[in-house]
Amino acid sequence: MPINLLMPALSPTMTEGKLSKWVKKEGDKVKSGDVIAEIETDKATMEFEAVDEGTLGKILIAEGTEGVAVNTPIGIILEEGEDASAIKAAPAAAAPAPAAAAPAPVAAAPAPVAAAPAPAAASAPAPVAHGDRVFATPLAKRIAKDAGIDLKSISGSGPHGRIVKADVEQAQSRPAAAAPAAASAAAPAAKPAAAPAPAWGPAYEEVPLSSMRKVIARRLTEAKQTVPHFYLTIDYKLDALLALRSQLNAKSDTKLSVNDFIIRASALALKKVPAANASFTETALRMYKDIDISVAVATPSGLITPIIKHADQKGLAQISAEMKDLASRAKDGKLKPEEFQGGTFSISNLGMFGIKDFAAIINPPQGCILAVGAGEQRPVVVDGALAVATVMSCTLSVDHRVVDGAVGAEYLAALKGLIEDPITMML
Amino acid sequence: MSDTSFDLIVVGSGPGGYVAAIRAAQLGLKTAVVEREHLGGICLNWGCIPTKALLRSAEVYRNMQHAASYGLAATGISYDLPKVVERSRKVANQLSAGVKGLLKKNKVTVFDGAGKLAGAGKVTVSKNGATVADLTAKNIILATGARARVLPGLEPDGKLVWTYKEALVPNTMPKRLLVVGSGAIGIEFASFFNALGSDVTVVEVMDRVLPVEDEEISAFAKKSFEKQGMKIRTSAAVKGLKKAGEEVTVTVEAGGKTEEIVVDSVIVAAGIVGNVEGIGLEGTRIKVEKTHVVINEWGETGEPGVYAIGDLAGPPWLAHKASHEAIIVVEKIAGKHPHPLNTLNIPGCTYCHPQVASVGLTEKKAKELGYELKVGHFPFIGNGKAIALGEAEGMVKSVFDAKTGELLGAHMIGAEVTELIQGYTVGKTLETTEAELMETVFPHPTLSETMHEAVLDAYGRVIHF
Ligand SMILES: Cc1cc2nc3c(=O)[nH]c(=O)nc-3n(C[C@H](O)[C@H](O)[C@H](O)COP(=O)(O)OP(=O)(O)OC[C@H]3O[C@@H](n4cnc5c(N)ncnc54)[C@H](O)[C@@H]3O)c2cc1C
Repeated sequence: MPINLLMPALSPTMTEGKLSKWVKKEGDKVKSGDVIAEIETDKATMEFEAVDEGTLGKILIAEGTEGVAVNTPIGIILEEGEDASAIKAAPAAAAPAPAAAAPAPVAAAPAPVAAAPAPAAASAPAPVAHGDRVFATPLAKRIAKDAGIDLKSISGSGPHGRIVKADVEQAQSRPAAAAPAAASAAAPAAKPAAAPAPAWGPAYEEVPLSSMRKVIARRLTEAKQTVPHFYLTIDYKLDALLALRSQLNAKSDTKLSVNDFIIRASALALKKVPAANASFTETALRMYKDIDISVAVATPSGLITPIIKHADQKGLAQISAEMKDLASRAKDGKLKPEEFQGGTFSISNLGMFGIKDFAAIINPPQGCILAVGAGEQRPVVVDGALAVATVMSCTLSVDHRVVDGAVGAEYLAALKGLIEDPITMML
Repeated sequence: MSDTSFDLIVVGSGPGGYVAAIRAAQLGLKTAVVEREHLGGICLNWGCIPTKALLRSAEVYRNMQHAASYGLAATGISYDLPKVVERSRKVANQLSAGVKGLLKKNKVTVFDGAGKLAGAGKVTVSKNGATVADLTAKNIILATGARARVLPGLEPDGKLVWTYKEALVPNTMPKRLLVVGSGAIGIEFASFFNALGSDVTVVEVMDRVLPVEDEEISAFAKKSFEKQGMKIRTSAAVKGLKKAGEEVTVTVEAGGKTEEIVVDSVIVAAGIVGNVEGIGLEGTRIKVEKTHVVINEWGETGEPGVYAIGDLAGPPWLAHKASHEAIIVVEKIAGKHPHPLNTLNIPGCTYCHPQVASVGLTEKKAKELGYELKVGHFPFIGNGKAIALGEAEGMVKSVFDAKTGELLGAHMIGAEVTELIQGYTVGKTLETTEAELMETVFPHPTLSETMHEAVLDAYGRVIHF
């Protein structure tokens, strides 16, 4: 597997530096200890030595570039027997922007959502932000290397999220194609502990945690504890949308759901207010260029969020067909990792259960999630008189580090325009 | 009337209990400790610490006897047993007082009496049969420890047949001593009394001394003990005792043959049993197996809100294991994210002469588990510091997984190895492979270089042997 050369930290305080010179050229052989490049820090110019052996396959950051953040991939080493074609398969192929080039968006896929990361197969590069340093124990690194597992595809359970041996072994034992839902579907054979005699307090039985449940628990806890959420609630009149839906459904075999409309409307609203289509990272705000909508689907083993990619570019019929397919495969645990990892914005709809309004937990690293309630007949005031309308309440949960109140409000207003005047959605 | 409602009540103040209480207080929990005897538990009062104090006296005495080999002269060397014991008690008392101070500093309320569960979230404290306090708390940690196992026919009488308690405070030096059990506790007492001139016999049912250690270490230890004059009977069982006046005749059976050994004292060190009685477990869903409370990786018992740690909860019976479990349980209660304890990373030490220390899998166990191994050895005789110290008896053994380079185990015997094992333990916890250990620079001259060499040897790269 091609090895990323990362910008080294040459002193404990160094956060960025200048790549002053490439000593090796693309195509040069390198062995451990060779000087590959010269790096200038605020203090001195230092030599950057190779740790791995192979060929310098590609230079990602040109000589003379200043302000290259520590751990940014600067080049790629090909191991013996690999040729340049391997680079394309490698996740590092995306050229990251130097950190100093301030708001330059990094064209990287966001980290996986509420789902266990899948082991990296050659065809499915791990959807992890590039340039992040992977913390792993020496033993974990070695086992992963021997097994050909990309450490970036594994989440760590050690101190500060460090990847330890057990994490790599777990990744090794996961069948390559199995989505977490499938993995846990095989597990429930484990019998719940028998309920003991109720001598004290209430009786209970213990259902062992599935790996999917563990991931859900960890990610949601992390989201609720570390992401500063705030919530914006709004009511939408649904009558026009319902009327349009009946008309369309009467003329076609595809039966569109209200949710299909909401997916499309959310995507179009993001196009109008791109500031809401963003993630917070420690070093930069990540402003997405694609609009990929994650839609929460309840499955027997837990929540999963399949993605309608480029939802702004898809018509209602296509969204509807894709959603039906994704939802049914999600319930069978048959989603491929790339179908549920990623996404730039989430929707969770509990309207079908008659829920009036709720606040969802953000799906990191996304910045927003829209919680959709039931459309129900409510008294409304129209032109100073009481009337009946079908009204649906929506609550947007927002990561305040990346999206401010006014932007969230602007987004909901854009969505209002689309939902209440649904013809505009057809454009 | 003092306040009786807490976030956490800890029953027992050994290295499990008092550490739990201090950590809980640090995390802002309102905490109480209930202790029926001495703060600090067995460890500080009747275990780890006072034995180490006695063994230090034995070590200094041994060194004095060997003064000539260092070019020094010492004549009229002798010891004063009551003073040796007094020093040991002073050390124990100093540390127990230290625990008291620490609890006070951390604003932990201490209740003097026996604690007992009295329903969900309730603990009653009684002293001399009378209830002195009714306490409530959302979380209760049981840390009542353990006591010496009593073998039928070998019941301690406090005069001729001792447990560790009597052995720690002998009035007179037994001329002849028989120790039943060659685990850490038995061997430490055997080593102490042997050093002070007792004629010591150790009887062990298993086929080797220090049976939890690596086989090579057991064999090395046995040879060394025998050289010091101890008699070792392995695969041997005590069949009976006959007490007559000031003497005990012990019948020992080994390999179909019986032998009668006449001694002045017998120390029974044949394991421990958990203190599960009288703490209100009856009628709860807390499970007890073989006198120990059953817990999961977070110290949780079958009863929500009730936790167990330390000797009460299961092996290994070590103070540092009790303390570490305490931290895990308390952090979990406080909503932190501790990591479960990996027993293979808990070092075990025996402070006999020479000392023994180990962590992880023995070679035999690793083989049984199907690992392909790389094993290294290094003798103290190849180490400059050991020779300079006059402590050239010892060896280090490293056991690696040949496939991954994982350090599976490390086994040491020799001077100060109880202080050295920590190097390997840190390595194991950080999941280092042989490469990082090889690349680590060890200071010269130190005994620790033997640890480096034992790693190098496993990969055919040993330098000094
Ligand atoms: C001779 C000897 C030498 C040892 N040497 C070592 C060594 O070198 N290194 C090592 O790691 N380990 C050693 N150990 C083992 C070590 O002492 C124990 O593993 C350790 O003390 C266990 O700690 P604990 O907190 O679980 O229990 P303990 O230390 O046993 O403490 C339990 C406490 O609970 C109290 N208690 C019990 N019931 C109640 C009740 N109902 N209410 C209130 N209080 C109660 C007891 O009085 C006691 O103070 C040795 C043990 C012995 C006997």
